[in-house]
Amino acid sequence: MTERMGFFTDTSVCIGCKACEVACKEWNDVPDDGFVFRATSYDNTGSLGASTWRHVAFIEELSRVPAGPGQSGDGGSEGIEGWLMSSDVCKHCTHAACLDVCPTGALFRTEFGTVVVQADVCNGCGYCVPACPYGVIDRRERDGRAFKCTMCYDRQLGGLEPACAKACPTDSIQFGPLEELRTRAEERVERLHEEGRPQARLYGASPGDGVGGAGAFFLLLADPEVYGLPPDPVVTTRDLPTMWRWAAGAALSLVGAVAVSFLGRG
Amino acid sequence: MTREREMVPEAEFRSYYGQPVIKPPVWHEPHMPTYLYLGGLSGASSVMGAAARLSGYGRLARTAGVTAALGATAGAVFLVAELGRPERFLNMLRVFKPTSPMSMGSWILAVHSGLTAVAAASEVAGARPVSRPAVARPAFRVTGARPASRPAARPVSRVAGYLPSAVAAVLPLAGGAASLIAGVATGPLMATYTAVLLADTAVPAWHEAHRELPFMFAGSALASAGAAGMLATPRAEAGPARAVAVLGAAVETAAGAVLERRLGLAGEPYHQGKAGRRMRAARVLTAGGGLLATVAGRSRALTALSGLALTAGSLLVRFGVLEAGRASAADPKYTVVPQRRRLAAGEPASLPPPARTWP
Ligand code: SF4
Ligand code: SF4
Repeated sequence: MTERMGFFTDTSVCIGCKACEVACKEWNDVPDDGFVFRATSYDNTGSLGASTWRHVAFIEELSRVPAGPGQSGDGGSEGIEGWLMSSDVCKHCTHAACLDVCPTGALFRTEFGTVVVQADVCNGCGYCVPACPYGVIDRRERDGRAFKCTMCYDRQLGGLEPACAKACPTDSIQFGPLEELRTRAEERVERLHEEGRPQARLYGASPGDGVGGAGAFFLLLADPEVYGLPPDPVVTTRDLPTMWRWAAGAALSLVGAVAVSFLGRG
Repeated sequence: MTREREMVPEAEFRSYYGQPVIKPPVWHEPHMPTYLYLGGLSGASSVMGAAARLSGYGRLARTAGVTAALGATAGAVFLVAELGRPERFLNMLRVFKPTSPMSMGSWILAVHSGLTAVAAASEVAGARPVSRPAVARPAFRVTGARPASRPAARPVSRVAGYLPSAVAAVLPLAGGAASLIAGVATGPLMATYTAVLLADTAVPAWHEAHRELPFMFAGSALASAGAAGMLATPRAEAGPARAVAVLGAAVETAAGAVLERRLGLAGEPYHQGKAGRRMRAARVLTAGGGLLATVAGRSRALTALSGLALTAGSLLVRFGVLEAGRASAADPKYTVVPQRRRLAAGEPASLPPPARTWP
């Protein structure tokens, strides 16, 4: 086990069947997240959270959006032109803010290069929650601890692929050594471009991005924010030295202010 | 999205059904803002207590020392209550993690609570009826020059009489040292680290404010400590506390003004809706309380009014900041638009490639 493992989610072949969501819940014994009907789209889970570790986003592309090749749309008529679907998951960032800020060491980096919460250590401080630039991890209020995707750490230890990848009928979710996945993804983007789908792009695949590259990256057919993803996320701890410097300045000013207050009297 | 569409300059931003991109902080009211207030109060009070000890303001030293210890203890209770699993609080002390302001903060709080407790214990044990407040200009010496009007013979306090003699002998020395360390090290950190705690998140209104928040919190901490000192110390010894309160109110107000001016879009949540109302009320209370403190010298009633206004302002600003953070996390605009602008300007966030590969 010397390689960093990852997910490549190719949304161009996602059919929105939610097999991944169900398989994840089944395998990881994740409780329900409330039966909410959102009345926005076929999406009834809404977003990633403590009890949703895979989330399939459904985006209605209305006819004012230019149609892709092979589709008939003149851009003038109303109605749904097509669907964008994408199975979202924890990005298992190279520079993971959640891991950086966790004060208990509950979040750790596994031998597969993934980021996992140890449920028996987490004290539910909730710091990882606003620290994640993707809004992935959350606290389960009934339980008090934080939860998120483990990339099926237990299955990986047993040499198996994660449950979601196993269940995905279209191979939209692919699991494997990260480097290999990146090469495969680039080839896939090229092919889509050749097929006349210039909007295909990779998201989270670059090791030089704001989180140092994601362990779970995506092939998207629209801007990331359309899928509810941040366009250019950055690990907040990048600015931590600057923050401490400003805090030190404020702390010194505080001491100075007190000293002045006493010197001036007496 | 096609290329043509991307060329349209940020007329609209898209989001996934208006849903937030990041998760809002899960921290509750009143726990978190109250902890922020108490932490600041305790931190600044310990600085004030040390200064008062050094310069011979006995009554003020005692008030500030006790406030610092009570603030730290009560703050810790609020912090623990905020946890999803309070019984696991000590898990914070199983690691020492410089990348986590919460980890550093729990260590600071732990050490600070201990120091202020010892300092306060020595103050209380040494407590004796104050004959006359300090009037002579004090010298800055560690032993503390006692004003000449004080009786030279030191009456044994009632409390000290009950302590084992060894403790009673060591306590004044330990108390002095603890007070000094808390005053120059843990106190100033207590009052400011919470700003780093908030800023080191993906919450735009907090992260972008990482320069101003420490000053805002330091000012607010000073104002609250000064207010407590003013409220609980006889007027003749409360002068320095009043000055601390006035300076604190000024720093907090100035930092708030700079924040609102500099932040642009990310600063919007600080002046809109519920957060905006809280921030405005806090500013009125703090500035008003500060101004009042400068003229309240002769009047007990005005001093009390000023102290209460400063306390309320200091508390309210923490509630306002928490609410602004929530609002900025809830609206995807604050996450998406600045990042889009950064990309459009050709300045994507980038980090050096990972330093390590996985074993
Ligand atoms: S996406 Fe969020 S929760 Fe997942 S590793 Fe990155 S920072 Fe942590
Ligand atoms: S909630 Fe748990 S996993 Fe998250 S930062 Fe706190 S201790 Fe770590």
